[in-house]
Amino acid sequence: MRQTALLSRRTAKEILRDPLTLFFGLGFPLILLALLTAIQANIPEKLFVLDQLAPGISVFGLSFLSLFSALLLSKDRGSALLLRLYTTPLRPVHYILSYMLPLLPMALLQSLVCYGFALILGLPWSWNLLLCLAVTIPVSWIFIALGLLFGSLLNEKQVGGVCGALLTNLTGWLSGIWFDVNLVGGAFLTAAKLLPFYHGVALARAAYAGTLTEHLDHLWVVLAWGAALTAAAMWAFLRQMRKN
Amino acid sequence: MNAIETHGLTKRYGALTAVDGLELTVRRGELFALLGVNGAGKTTTIKMLSCLTRPSAGEALLLGKSVVREPEDVKRLIAVSPQETAVAPKLTVRENLELMAGIHGAGRSAAREKARELAARFSLEEQMDRQAGKLSGGWQRRLSIAMALILEPKILFLDEPTLGLDVLARAELWEQIRALKGEITVILTTHYMEEAEALSDRIGVMGRGRLLRVGSAAELEAETGADSLEAAFIALAKEGKV
Repeated sequence: MRQTALLSRRTAKEILRDPLTLFFGLGFPLILLALLTAIQANIPEKLFVLDQLAPGISVFGLSFLSLFSALLLSKDRGSALLLRLYTTPLRPVHYILSYMLPLLPMALLQSLVCYGFALILGLPWSWNLLLCLAVTIPVSWIFIALGLLFGSLLNEKQVGGVCGALLTNLTGWLSGIWFDVNLVGGAFLTAAKLLPFYHGVALARAAYAGTLTEHLDHLWVVLAWGAALTAAAMWAFLRQMRKN
Repeated sequence: MNAIETHGLTKRYGALTAVDGLELTVRRGELFALLGVNGAGKTTTIKMLSCLTRPSAGEALLLGKSVVREPEDVKRLIAVSPQETAVAPKLTVRENLELMAGIHGAGRSAAREKARELAARFSLEEQMDRQAGKLSGGWQRRLSIAMALILEPKILFLDEPTLGLDVLARAELWEQIRALKGEITVILTTHYMEEAEALSDRIGVMGRGRLLRVGSAAELEAETGADSLEAAFIALAKEGKV
């Protein structure tokens, strides 16, 4: 437990001391929120209404967690820091938890800042916002597991491409944040519903609307993806550990 | 009891035999250098001795503990300073040292005290609050070795400790390594012949996964009729044995 805490603190420091983390993790979602709200104020159609937009961007912001943790892990592998740690009496569970646990409070902080800013922009206050923070936990689990998975499989450069470009775009386009995926239909809709991002956004929106109990099917999909991705990430981490 | 004893230690990767029936003995407190060209089996040997990879056959005992049957016990006896920089770049020098001490079970105040001791020993005091990633290569290497020593190992593996360092930084690091002699057992791998000659009590020359010669620099020179360790090493290479 003590060793996990030590390594977790180190993970948190490494991530939080990177200025890019602060920009992409906190600043970028807020810029998007402000920009789309400004656009909404100047168009007659209801495209970017805050009660739909804020939960969506909150989930979108979580996709950067994958980038941060995958980058850290791939750098650790590249720099031989992990090799050094593998010769200490630490066990695999210490490493896996230390790359996952510190990301959870960061996810909560990210959502808190996102909803806080949305309130400033005009999102009506509701106690349901506490539910929105609560659903951040299962939704962030998906992105945290993806970070461990990609960090175990890819090198630093590949992580930049896969997590920095591909994953954030997949999360953005296939989650229904910017438009209703039902309007597109076909294979796009099928892909969106197969992947967890759409369900994460739907869950966050239902939490704000106070209709969470009617949309628990989204929660089950999110939890199933979280469990499957964690299993895959653990397999990938142990595999690279054995290869070292 | 010897620090290290290997008996028929072998590592195979598919059809390739990286280390072939290694028989090696390293005495306690000795500084032992492993020499060999790339692919000679040095790194694989170190990986087996430090429990990073499991031998395909044979056995290695570190202070009587088996790397095959008691890897957790072996890990409590050893520390490794890898060839590549192995520091946490966004942590300060102090945090890096305290992290390693903590991982090995030191409480917060003990970790702080150990970090102070090691910083003084490696003249790192003025760098304590700088992030490790912002240090020069020489300081990072010094920190890397200090991080290994903070674990108070009985056996220390140094993999190419001065690779890429300038002459001054190398000389300073040599002094630090020399100071370890007799205190702990050090296994050094290096490509620099003068480094092996200057620092080690005995040298093992590896080639094609086998230990070809063991002796002091003078003994190896005498055996090959060469006037320097480098010439002795080249003579062995020309015999096609390395």
